[in-house]
Amino acid sequence: MPVLTDNVAGRAEPRPAPGGTAASPRRGWWTSRRRDQLAGLLFVTPQLVGAALFVLLPLGLVVWYSLHEWNVLADTFDFVGTDNYRELVDDPKLPGVLRSTLFFSVGLVVFNLALALLLAVLLNQRLRGTVVFRTLFFSPVVVSLVAWTIVWGFLLQDNGGVNGVAGAVGLDGPNWLRGEWTALLSVIVVQVVKNVGLNMVLFLAALQGVPAELYEAARVEGASRWTQFRRITVPLISPTILLTSIITVVGALQVFAQIAVLTQGGPGTSTTVLVYYLYQQAFQFHQFGYGSTLSVLLFLIVLTLTVVQWRMRRKWVFHEQ
Amino acid sequence: MRKRLTAVVALAAMLGLSACGGGDSAGSDGPVSLRMTTWSANEAHLKLFNDIAAEYQSSHPNVAKITFDPIPFESYTTTLTTQIAGGNPPDLAWVLENAAPDFVSSGALLPLDETLRKTDGYGFDELAPAATKLWQADGKLYGYPFSTSPFGIFVNTDLVKAAGAKSPAELIAANAWTWENAVTTASAVAARTGKAGLVVRDFDYKGWDNLSTIWTGWGAQAWSADGKTCGFNATEMVDAMAFLHQAIFTAKALPGPGTAADFFAGEAGMTITQISRASLLEKQKFGWDLVPLPAGPKGNYSVIGQGGMGVLKKGKHAAVAADFLAFLTNPANSAKLAQFFPPPRTPLLTAATLAKTNPLLKPEQLQSVVIDGIANGVVKPNHTGQAELSQAVRSALDPMWKADADVRGVLDGVCSAINPLLAK
Repeated sequence: MPVLTDNVAGRAEPRPAPGGTAASPRRGWWTSRRRDQLAGLLFVTPQLVGAALFVLLPLGLVVWYSLHEWNVLADTFDFVGTDNYRELVDDPKLPGVLRSTLFFSVGLVVFNLALALLLAVLLNQRLRGTVVFRTLFFSPVVVSLVAWTIVWGFLLQDNGGVNGVAGAVGLDGPNWLRGEWTALLSVIVVQVVKNVGLNMVLFLAALQGVPAELYEAARVEGASRWTQFRRITVPLISPTILLTSIITVVGALQVFAQIAVLTQGGPGTSTTVLVYYLYQQAFQFHQFGYGSTLSVLLFLIVLTLTVVQWRMRRKWVFHEQ
Repeated sequence: MRKRLTAVVALAAMLGLSACGGGDSAGSDGPVSLRMTTWSANEAHLKLFNDIAAEYQSSHPNVAKITFDPIPFESYTTTLTTQIAGGNPPDLAWVLENAAPDFVSSGALLPLDETLRKTDGYGFDELAPAATKLWQADGKLYGYPFSTSPFGIFVNTDLVKAAGAKSPAELIAANAWTWENAVTTASAVAARTGKAGLVVRDFDYKGWDNLSTIWTGWGAQAWSADGKTCGFNATEMVDAMAFLHQAIFTAKALPGPGTAADFFAGEAGMTITQISRASLLEKQKFGWDLVPLPAGPKGNYSVIGQGGMGVLKKGKHAAVAADFLAFLTNPANSAKLAQFFPPPRTPLLTAATLAKTNPLLKPEQLQSVVIDGIANGVVKPNHTGQAELSQAVRSALDPMWKADADVRGVLDGVCSAINPLLAK
């Protein structure tokens, strides 16, 4: 009896096949290489399907729509060839919109990167309380964008909090959202304060990766702090500067909610940036064809800027990991 | 590998497309569901609509469900058109007066005449022509004007008293309820109570069409009746805007740009708005009054805002939806709706009938503001392509809202901005 039991138990045990991988013998095309390929493909499938459905397909459709005159209410969808692109070239409002977009983006990128770098350098000092400040500057990043903007909308009113504080110290603050330049400035500041924490953290990480002995050597050589910053810090964190500038430029060109909530493109058209203009054309004026043409333009602008920045990295990015 | 990937992507894209496109061909045989978009999320409004819908369903087993889908007022038309563009149109929709020309002329709505006329006891001929005018094209009715709501002035009598100013009621009694005196009272409230004087509700230096509640008193209009000629630089408009500018920046009777004040939260002495907002006063602690708009240089006048209900042709069950619309707006249900929305039916437009369902308002208020208002009212500015026009006027008017503005120059600028659009 015990012998039989042993036998049964012995048979039930999985036997390791001799030669290790012989479980999948090289029969036909089902090789381990192909199996790995399939597994890899299956792993990326969700991402691939998502990208196809929500990125590539809409992108293609937008180009398709831009060749049409699409009136939603009348339910007409007529092929008009390049008519919308001709309208784009002749649009009397477009130069103003592009100018606002330029001012807004340049202001935002310069202000955001300068402030983020400054904060990162300050918080990189081994001083007490830096953790508190780091949290403080980063926390707006996790706040809901619309809630953040609505609160700022109240603060920036003529009788709002900002002017209240200004009044307390004897200053007569302007009516922020009603002046052309102050409105643009307000939207930029609201956006910078919201997102500067993200760039700050990226810079901080980069700064902490700069070897301390380089500074030590520089100090021994008698380099000033400014020279150390210019000659050591900036070159060594240049990959991060590239990354943050690309992210920030792309983000600046796509800003929408802040403008929709704070200024609706006004006063006049001073804050009507390209994204807001295309929203107006498509969703408010029901010109989906022309709106699509504007988004093709936006896509090309973003693409060009990104390619230019990427190409220029060889010139000024010190090294890449 | 790359080829195969491309094939996978293309397949996924096609699947996605066909999934979006399917489901439009369903017939109306089985039980159907109807959806109506509204801009009111008011519980009392929705309860009434749901009650009427339940009654309809009990006699129409083919309708399984009727939902009322509130969309925020500020983005109402944008959201509605986006739903239509996305292939998800509601079966019925409320339409604002400023979007009426676009909806009526585009062919998006189903003509209603036939369905309404053949409905038993509907009383199609009771509909006041002044109310249906905006909703007709080529002799056909494309929207039922369920709400024809005149603008009036709500007064916070406590604040006016605290300011020691003459109340609108006193001014009316003395036959001196004019814009000059209204501004004097508002200015006193602002100066002596620290609250805002007069608030043009929903204007906020952006919603300029609400200013028609003022400039109509000067005989001004945004554009000519045929919609082809700009009216902003006409003498009447220049006078009206100069008056308004002075009231804002010199008399400080209206809160300046960028200053928010909500009458219904007790923050303003007076507000110009539609009488349908009276329901917001139910729980207020302050004393209030409702008076007609003051007389302008051209005498007495009134301005109305309208809401229409239409059936979307692209909806899956347009015929059923039209039948429900006929039920919802029949004489019996119109009388119920009248407590919130002044109806277009002439027999219902008497102070006595309206008083039964408007307990907050006195019969003389109903007569002077509502009934007279509907009979003589000028509808707020509306035009095809209103959204684009409205945007152009808004940005051209922005320079007006500064203390040192050149009123005439700004208004000339408005006309040069909108003339190309009016000519379209």
